[in-house]
Amino acid sequence: MADKPLRVLVGKIGLDGHDRGAKVVAQALRDAGMEVIYTGLRQTPEQIVETALQEDVQVIGLSILSGAHMQLIPPVVEMLREHDSSDIIVVVGGIIPREDIIYLKEQGVAEVFTPGSSTVDIISFIKRKFD
Amino acid sequence: MCENENKEKLLEAKKAWREKLKKALEKHPERKKFKLESELELESVYDLLDLENFDYMEKLNWPGEYPYTRGIQPTMYRGRLWTMRQYAGFGSAEETNERFRYLLDQGQTGLSVAFDLPTQIGYDSDHPLARGEVGKVGVAIDSLADMEILMNQIPLDQVSTSMTINSPAAVLLAMYMAVAEKQGIPMDKINGTIQNDILKEYVARGTYIFPPRESMRIIVDIFAYAGENIPTWNTISISGYHIREAGSTAVQEVAFTLSNAIAYVEAAIKAGMDVDEFAPRLSFFFNAHSNFFEEIAKFRAARRIWAWLMKERFGAKNPRSLMLRFHTQTAGSTLTAQQPDVNIMRVAFQALSAVLGGTQSLHTNSRDEALALPSEHSVLLALRTQQVIGYEIGATDTVDPLGGSYFIENLTDHIEQEVLRYIDKIDEIGGAVEAIENGYIQKEIQASAYRYQKEVESAERVVVGVNKFTTSGEQPIDLLKMDPATSQRQVERLKEVRLSRNQGKVAESLQELRRAAQGSDNLMPYILTAVKAYATLGEICGVLRDVFGEYQQQITL
Repeated sequence: MADKPLRVLVGKIGLDGHDRGAKVVAQALRDAGMEVIYTGLRQTPEQIVETALQEDVQVIGLSILSGAHMQLIPPVVEMLREHDSSDIIVVVGGIIPREDIIYLKEQGVAEVFTPGSSTVDIISFIKRKFD
Repeated sequence: MCENENKEKLLEAKKAWREKLKKALEKHPERKKFKLESELELESVYDLLDLENFDYMEKLNWPGEYPYTRGIQPTMYRGRLWTMRQYAGFGSAEETNERFRYLLDQGQTGLSVAFDLPTQIGYDSDHPLARGEVGKVGVAIDSLADMEILMNQIPLDQVSTSMTINSPAAVLLAMYMAVAEKQGIPMDKINGTIQNDILKEYVARGTYIFPPRESMRIIVDIFAYAGENIPTWNTISISGYHIREAGSTAVQEVAFTLSNAIAYVEAAIKAGMDVDEFAPRLSFFFNAHSNFFEEIAKFRAARRIWAWLMKERFGAKNPRSLMLRFHTQTAGSTLTAQQPDVNIMRVAFQALSAVLGGTQSLHTNSRDEALALPSEHSVLLALRTQQVIGYEIGATDTVDPLGGSYFIENLTDHIEQEVLRYIDKIDEIGGAVEAIENGYIQKEIQASAYRYQKEVESAERVVVGVNKFTTSGEQPIDLLKMDPATSQRQVERLKEVRLSRNQGKVAESLQELRRAAQGSDNLMPYILTAVKAYATLGEICGVLRDVFGEYQQQITL
């Protein structure tokens, strides 16, 4: 891993306003030495990808608790692919049923963290990816 | 409280006891430091000396008497239990109507409508930003046609309906009124609540549309209109629930909620209303979290502070203006995805704290909510939990059974003092609207949320099944499956509605609404006219978006 800190985009995708988890994770990543860009609420898949490319991040963390993950997450992965940016890893946090997790991972999501996940696990997962 | 001589004796006895305690602690040290969420470190025991100079009349009085610490009615649950009101809504109006009628059949006594996010943010189901969200966290309502289906065969003069709707509250209220009118029910016979609490949306829940000042205008318009036309409707449910879910402490929950309430009262007074005209219809919504006694004390303290604020700060004369009536929901954020059945117990204790705290209505969360929207079976268990508390365990047999407890009264006083300290601080900043605009409240909540998470991760705070008593290889439970065709059907119905209505009437009503929004007329009659012409929610909110602009989120991190 390079000496440069990892750059991570933390975003709330869709219309869901529950940002406690996103903010806690963003703060924990920052405390772990990463550079965090937090988008705030109501981001579309297009906006997420645009910001990620502009900000030159290595990781996108998407938080969603509204149940719209099946419609909103795959387009992000897809658009990254179209922009030859599949090296940006996408992790998801939220209320995601088991079978949906399997599907999202098939689509190219690196990991899904459900309620009760610890920020320590999230940080070590991301760090491992860039070892 | 105690005679001098008596006090001497007590002090002496306590001193002797403390010596014994010290010795005991040397042999058996305590497991940990015991503190509340709001950081107060607890004594090992509370006694009569802690209630020295406790003025019963001033601090407690009897139920139904100022400052209402012991409850707002003299009879409380001996007369009538709280309203058992499960928040429900998903998919289409048909599916939700079916769930409502099921819940009413199971003994539920009030309805609580969950709307999907596009509805809550004022977009029709075919709006590009509604992608993936239609019918997800609640029911999709695009026009009066949907509301007619939602309330089909539900007699609106016999149930009370709570609607969790904020920015577009005026529109949904107008739809509800229009349906009641079609059922032939006079407007003074409909009962219910709209959440209509925009300030907490900016800090904790996120379904804002318009900027704060324009939103406040709509809210005050609703207060004024409802006062004259639907006198028994609760025009706002000032909500700490979401502030707590966003991570605040118990003290912050009450403090920020009451600060928001102060802002609404001031706005209405500034608009020329008399406090006693609208204050009796203000209602509140709190969270029942996990620290059992702290929560009970919190509810009691909130009632006392509100009564005092209304009387002393706003000069309210009508006793109903002084009574803090509240709905409670158990804490969704305490539910775990791990070992989900354990959530049933969490919910039961939280619900009991709300009952011991004197709630007027209650929603109990379902065990599977950290995994998905609740299944019918899980919702039934949650409702049964309330029924056990109400009918089996004797918790409702006497009013405020914990009143006078050394510990509870101490906690109630403590929370009251801390809340008042925060309210002073927010007053200094210039009120809740200012404190939101400059990010103060958001930052306070975030700091508490982060601290809570750290405590869980260091296992300083035990969460059963998460950081202690964990198991592997859990059995999956049956979850609610959403019908993927719902969204398509909803969009089709919306199209039909748009085609079948009188377009001239719609255009005219929207034009009138625009003019009213640009001026200073009360918006409610214009919205009602538009709704009755089957203008859609998105069209009505679209006009208001044009005139009022949209709120840009304060990003605080």
